[in-house]
Amino acid sequence: MRRSIRRIRRTLIRITEKFKRLIFVGVAIFMALVFMIPIIFTICNSFMNESEITANYGQIFEGGRGSGTHFISETVHLKFIPDMVSFKQYHTVLFNSPDYLFKFWNSVILVLPIVIFQLVVALLAAYGFSRYRGKLREIIFFSYIILMMMPYQVTLVPNFLVSNWLNIYNTNWAIWLPGIFSPFAVYLLTKAMRRIPTGIIEAAKIDGANEWVIFRRVCVPSVKGAVASVAILLFIDYWNMVEQPLILLENTDKHPLSVFLSKISTGEIGLAFAVATIYMVPTLLVFLYGEEYLIEGITYQGGVKG
Amino acid sequence: MRSLIKRTGKLNKSFKRAKRVSALYMIPSVAGVLLFFVLPFLVVIYYSVVNNPVKKEFVFLDNFKAVIANKAFRLAVLNTVKFSVVSVPLVVLLSLMIAVILTADLPGKSRIRSALLSPMMVPIASVILIWQVLFHYNGVVNEFLSRFDVGKIDWFNSDYAQVIIIILFVWKNLGYNMVLFMAALAAVPAELIEVACLEGANKWKIFLHIKVRYMSSSILFVTILSIINSFKVFREIYLLTGDYPYDSLYMLQHYMNNMFRSLDYQRLSAAAILMSLVMIVLIGVLFIIENVFGRDIEG
Repeated sequence: MRRSIRRIRRTLIRITEKFKRLIFVGVAIFMALVFMIPIIFTICNSFMNESEITANYGQIFEGGRGSGTHFISETVHLKFIPDMVSFKQYHTVLFNSPDYLFKFWNSVILVLPIVIFQLVVALLAAYGFSRYRGKLREIIFFSYIILMMMPYQVTLVPNFLVSNWLNIYNTNWAIWLPGIFSPFAVYLLTKAMRRIPTGIIEAAKIDGANEWVIFRRVCVPSVKGAVASVAILLFIDYWNMVEQPLILLENTDKHPLSVFLSKISTGEIGLAFAVATIYMVPTLLVFLYGEEYLIEGITYQGGVKG
Repeated sequence: MRSLIKRTGKLNKSFKRAKRVSALYMIPSVAGVLLFFVLPFLVVIYYSVVNNPVKKEFVFLDNFKAVIANKAFRLAVLNTVKFSVVSVPLVVLLSLMIAVILTADLPGKSRIRSALLSPMMVPIASVILIWQVLFHYNGVVNEFLSRFDVGKIDWFNSDYAQVIIIILFVWKNLGYNMVLFMAALAAVPAELIEVACLEGANKWKIFLHIKVRYMSSSILFVTILSIINSFKVFREIYLLTGDYPYDSLYMLQHYMNNMFRSLDYQRLSAAAILMSLVMIVLIGVLFIIENVFGRDIEG
């Protein structure tokens, strides 16, 4: 009798455990789906033709007034599956309206030099910070961390002043230079280089390697993964930039697509989804191929004191 | 003996040489930081205590007083604080919760993690359209609510506007924080949890007394990161509502942008310094809290 009660109790516990797990899985999957919706929505809608989009969202973007030939439905439909898959939006963006491609190119031209040269500068600096840890270096490193934590509202004021002094205001240099010397990559790469066992470096030294060889042949190859991680994090961050161009680039022709896209929704709504999708393609590709590095990079960031 | 002294002397020399050489590697970065951040910031401090860049009369705290007395600045501070106070704890707690759920052995765990991480990859400019479709006056949410006889709300121009931005903020930042927490959870020593289990601690107690304390430095880090990100939320607001948003969405960056536009160096400098002070104090306080809270675990 007692034994059977115990058995029942045990199965009950097992069932509740299973039930809990089920709920956990359910919550997790639900969240995952909800989180993906905006991305999926944007991509799906980029395959609708203009009249379908106007019909669906005309109430929102055209203030409900019919623009002549187009039908606008009374209510707004959040649609995922296009009535008819069409590449017309893409065709128009790629071949008939050079403005968007131009802005896309602006983004590329603004972001890539920052990512590449911030990494170069940071690799060198990280070597200096990790090779020896004197008091002065610790102080400098600590001030880098403080600087890294300052929001744009603070750092943009110095940047603005410098760009005026150097006469680079309203040129790409005003974005590039502060970007290149931002301390973010230095911080992460220093942490990565400090994990290289000193034994390896000492061994290289005994073999007669000078500092440059140690840097080039030992340190840089050992932090390859971290470099990839930082590159991804930097790329995402700068690809999304808004504040810097708004303040440092007066000429809107030079603005990247990340700023320009916000103005599109009032004008050519038919193209908006295709442009938005094109703009997320590079980051999505980076995500698909570099997720492991991305996660590694985020993880590296944890533990401020390390 | 002598040869040993000689050798250590030689080593010492090579040590010093290596130290000097490795310092050279830092020059580009340090010079850049000095030129683009530190020196101009000193000038910013200077600007904040003189009355104007031409006359350069020393006025000490007048600019700060003027900034603090300014209505727009107060509104901006109030809104930014409101936003941060709600969104930062929310995103930290939510991401911690999901990290805990995901560290339990779930099927398709990595897929779910990718899905939750994907928002951070997507440039905000690409997804503002759906937010407009959802929360516009004629948008989907209102359409949905009208079925329940709830009147239409002009979300972006109402006191609910911040709620939308908070949702957007959580959506964007949750994955990042979650990954940080998952790494921290994985680093909690398993033996410790086993011992606690043997001593009859329940799961909740283990979580609160062991895991959370072990993760305290990560929690600190995620909180700081979220605070920084909450100051960046201007980006989302700008892309959604343009230069002149509804009052409750007027953030510090909007104020700064106006100052930039009017080239009001004095106020700009004073505001920047105020903000950096607030940031430093905030981070300092968080560090102290973390030190007290996680003390008996370290070491």
